[in-house]
Amino acid sequence: MDWLLQQLINGLALGSIYALIALGYTMVYGVLRFINFAHADVLMLGAYAAYFLAPAVNSVIPLPSLTGAVIVTLISVMICTGIGILIEFLAYRPLRKRPRLTVLITAIGVSLFIEFTCQHSAVFGADTKPFPQLLPEHDYHFGGLVVSSNDLVVVVTTLLLLAGLWFIVQRTKMGTAMRAVSHNQQAAALMGININRIISFTFGLGSALAAIAGILYAMKAPGIDPLMGVQPGLRAFIAAVLGGIGNLPGAALGGLILGLLETFAGGISGLSNYRDGIAFAILILILLFKPAGLLGKATVEKV
Amino acid sequence: MSSSSSYLTGAKRWMIAGIVLAVVVSMFSAQFNRYHLGIIVDIGINIILAVSLNLINGHTGQFSLGHAGFMAVGGYTAAKISLVVSPMLPPALQPLIFLVALIAGGLLAALAGFGVGVPSLRLKGDYLAIVTLGFGEIIRVIVQNMEAVGAASGLKGIPKYTTLGWTFGLAAVTIYFVTSLVNSTYGRGFIAVSDDEVAASSMGINPVRYKVTAFVTGAFFAGIAGGLYAHHKQFLSPTGFDFLKSIDIVVMVILGGMGRTAGVVVAAIILTLLPEVLRQFSEYRMIIYSLLIIVLMMARPQGLFTWNRKKGAA
Repeated sequence: MDWLLQQLINGLALGSIYALIALGYTMVYGVLRFINFAHADVLMLGAYAAYFLAPAVNSVIPLPSLTGAVIVTLISVMICTGIGILIEFLAYRPLRKRPRLTVLITAIGVSLFIEFTCQHSAVFGADTKPFPQLLPEHDYHFGGLVVSSNDLVVVVTTLLLLAGLWFIVQRTKMGTAMRAVSHNQQAAALMGININRIISFTFGLGSALAAIAGILYAMKAPGIDPLMGVQPGLRAFIAAVLGGIGNLPGAALGGLILGLLETFAGGISGLSNYRDGIAFAILILILLFKPAGLLGKATVEKV
Repeated sequence: MSSSSSYLTGAKRWMIAGIVLAVVVSMFSAQFNRYHLGIIVDIGINIILAVSLNLINGHTGQFSLGHAGFMAVGGYTAAKISLVVSPMLPPALQPLIFLVALIAGGLLAALAGFGVGVPSLRLKGDYLAIVTLGFGEIIRVIVQNMEAVGAASGLKGIPKYTTLGWTFGLAAVTIYFVTSLVNSTYGRGFIAVSDDEVAASSMGINPVRYKVTAFVTGAFFAGIAGGLYAHHKQFLSPTGFDFLKSIDIVVMVILGGMGRTAGVVVAAIILTLLPEVLRQFSEYRMIIYSLLIIVLMMARPQGLFTWNRKKGAA
């Protein structure tokens, strides 16, 4: 029983991070209808931004501390928001009217470009770097259960961000415009919505979430390297498709399912080596029965 | 070329000429520099991969991101067969063993292709791309955990059976098979499915059957290419068949122009030579490669060798 609860807690923490990343994939898909492969690399850049900012912040506000961590995270978020908007502006905007396949390949190209550039010795280098401690760490014991403060921070941050995102998407003018663009771009443009601004905003928002997810992921990981985004990115991307790509609650749900699945499979010896395979196998199975994902709406092609 | 009295059609003649040329040149392969010979064989293998993916992604208009997975199935199967069988039989039977191993690898890959083709009953576009990507990854994860094929440390000591003749002979067969399939009455269906699925099915074409056929055929040749690769490098490792390898093949097809066999062959040659040319800039090699993908997509998404020809024509 303890084992089950322990895995549940670990799974929730991991799933929360996947959910944050998956939201970025799904939001971009909602407005532009393509999978932004470079999203996973923005996550990595977020972690690196925090890595380089931490010593600077440390000289003003000693780390680990809550204020210091918040400042580091905020500046990283701003940097990644800028990078996300820049990627869209430089690589995807010129291709707006092209077939989606073209954009998909470009996205893969952008992702490879960021990864290989960052692996170059003049940029970050390919080696793993230890991630600085941003927050004081403490393990809480409840009977046989161990809950680390990091796990709590991850879950609480995710909940706050999900609430914030829900508010932005459902209650603000920008969010309404986002939903309009995602529903029908042409009609939205006719209603006076500045499509380019909404798309930039969506990329910025998704990248901001990716930056936070990257920092949270780095806090739990043994170290950071330029390819650190690939594995969580792939899982999150499966999560987004699993939940029904383009659907925000679906992405959050998919992320949680995948996080739980991964920790439970990882806890069973013999299955742990097959983790990546299992995630994809479940995705394929679900898509066979629900081709639009768990919460996605099936569309009928009209002729 | 008129072929009034001969029962050999033009395309078949080209194939036979290709095979004969490959085998004859192969006899002189001892004259070549080993390094150059290796690259030339790489080119042949990549031609098979690119032309077979072109059937799926180009002619049929599906989007597969898992071609390396099929290649892995074929490669590991063929390698395992020749590793087990070749010590038991006299060396004279070597070509026969190799042929059987290659075909067995191709067939198993085709079976995997069938497995991927079936989800295409219900999935389209991005979703299908993800499923094929997932399939490739699943195959890689399985291989990585299979002790019988060396698991993560790889399969070593595969006999060096692949020659210039085998590679380009089979490349000629692949090109012949794919072009004559697409140009046949039956094969027009692939292009119809690619152009407009709804219109095609209202004309009595069953899109599902064509898509599955494309996946099975493409996977078969990818499996053959995998077998050639295994007996060329003499070493297989699961990391050699990752997502990046699938992307490499997709880029060949796009660079050559979707559904344009000659262009795809030229693209396979260029993209195999490119890393060798860039060898002295090896630390920038992959950066240049990724930039090339982006620039290509912006400047010539229809491929380098396409000028105002109708989409889908073979």
